[in-house]
Amino acid sequence: MSATPTTTSSGASSGNTPTTAFEIAAAVRAGSVKAIEVLEAHLARIAERESDIHAFNLVTADAARESARRIDGMVAAGRDPGALAGVPIALKDNMCTRGVPTTCSSRILEGWKPPYDATVVSRLAELGAVSVGKTNLDEFAMGSSTENSAFGVTLNPRDISRVAGGSSGGSAAAVAAAFAPVSLGSDTGGSIRQPAALCGVVGVKPTYGTVSRYGLVAFASSLDQIGPFSADVRDSALILESISGHDPMDSTSIPQGPLDLLSVLDHGVKGMRIGRITDMPEGADPDVLERLEAAFDALRAAGATIVDVELPSLKYGLTAYYLIAPAEASSNLARYDGVRYGRRVDAVDTNSMYMATRAAGFGDEVKRRIMLGTYALSAGYYDAYYGKALKVRRLISDDFARAYATADVLLTPTSPIPAFKVGEKADDPLAMYLCDVYTIPTNLAGHPAMSVPFGTSRDGLPIGVQVMASTLGEQPMFKAAAALERHMNDAGGMS
Amino acid sequence: MPDPSSERISAAAVAKVARLARLDVGDDEIARMTVQLAGMLEHFADIDALDLSDVEPMTQPYPLRNVFREDVVKPSLDRDEVLANAPVAEDGRFRVPPIIGLDG
Repeated sequence: MSATPTTTSSGASSGNTPTTAFEIAAAVRAGSVKAIEVLEAHLARIAERESDIHAFNLVTADAARESARRIDGMVAAGRDPGALAGVPIALKDNMCTRGVPTTCSSRILEGWKPPYDATVVSRLAELGAVSVGKTNLDEFAMGSSTENSAFGVTLNPRDISRVAGGSSGGSAAAVAAAFAPVSLGSDTGGSIRQPAALCGVVGVKPTYGTVSRYGLVAFASSLDQIGPFSADVRDSALILESISGHDPMDSTSIPQGPLDLLSVLDHGVKGMRIGRITDMPEGADPDVLERLEAAFDALRAAGATIVDVELPSLKYGLTAYYLIAPAEASSNLARYDGVRYGRRVDAVDTNSMYMATRAAGFGDEVKRRIMLGTYALSAGYYDAYYGKALKVRRLISDDFARAYATADVLLTPTSPIPAFKVGEKADDPLAMYLCDVYTIPTNLAGHPAMSVPFGTSRDGLPIGVQVMASTLGEQPMFKAAAALERHMNDAGGMS
Repeated sequence: MPDPSSERISAAAVAKVARLARLDVGDDEIARMTVQLAGMLEHFADIDALDLSDVEPMTQPYPLRNVFREDVVKPSLDRDEVLANAPVAEDGRFRVPPIIGLDG
């Protein structure tokens, strides 16, 4: 890692309880705070509010206490537990944890205990992070509200009559409720950024290939990417530096070292070119558009230049995504057949067993996507649907390439609307899909993008602004995100 | 029950897709899915107007290259730990019902 928390962090030396991952790691490494104390404070908040929020499928309190005590023992013995010493972290329940149930919020994997750890899970443990549990998600990460979980909806800590977003709703809510300072999610079409926006936290989808997908249960393999949630931009930079870098176990992993992000956070945006998409897909709430304008103003005031860019193919992103992602999912989810793991419904022969097992194990949305994907890939329809979608994906990627020739980053809303009421869109799949209109194009291109909290709606609901960048453009992306955050902090959270 | 088939997709096609996807789906569910899938395909028809004849399909964000490594023995998953997850295991293997189907 290029930069690690130092023992002179103001949060650690002030004598107050550290709250961010950066401050916690610094304080634990310095021996001024014990990992077990930090953990107990978070477990106490979980005990107090989790029954209202349902961020977790499983809280692993005992294992977490064991890890925290081991880290404190290392510090006492004069050894450095690592850059994330004593940092509690929540993991989306589609990341494999050895011997700990990993459900993908699906009945079909109920009871399954992975025989190995995902690469991100082992990296976090090696750096001294303390896993507190597995967070709720839309089944197999398919959804935008966490209402598709087989184990019940996750509610938004800012307003528990509303959804936390999805599919990583549990991970977003866990950070928003301070159950953990940081968490991991996965983002296939917006599943980190949209819940981050709805819950008022930071969420990052890095460049495809920067974070290993080994041990992430596959949804759509050419689109899936793991990334962090946090309360501030610095903590997301810290976690992303920690989990990025080449992994031989993932054949799509980019052969390069970890990202260098903490060192650029204070660089400012002077001279940066911020792109405004003149033909951005319509349908965003007026409050959301107002906050987007305020974000352009803030970056302009900080010394950036605003440039207009056109991306005429962007409006076809939703169609391309909802053909490509289900097609890949229908193939990936063929493995759930009741033979090797998870649930089985007994039948007289294997074919009937597959059909009965899958019918009983998958929820409605997963079935819908498998059906859509199977149809798009089937003989006679492949060229009309899947083949055409792949060509549209190229058009969108080419549009981005032209835009990034004149702009360093692009700004859009993260979600067209703030958090909606539980049940409001549950019966209208297409309306739910439209929640992803601004986040999807990034995944199709494989680019990085992040959501930064940037004020609230008239009703007081969090609104996120999305900062997008080109392949491996994480540095300019984090510079712009940090500048937006500074603006909010300087304005006392009011502007 | 009225036939939910539309110009976009027929109930018979949906039933066939369900069989291909190995999903045991009842008639009510087929009817409901037909209406939902037709609505989606209607929306997705927006790309029909595009001229894509000269566009190269894009399957991945990056051009993938085959990854080679030395053929060395590395630890693999523990068999007992893997089989402990199986619905039914016997003699170190997964047990399944007869493969030769009764319905072909």
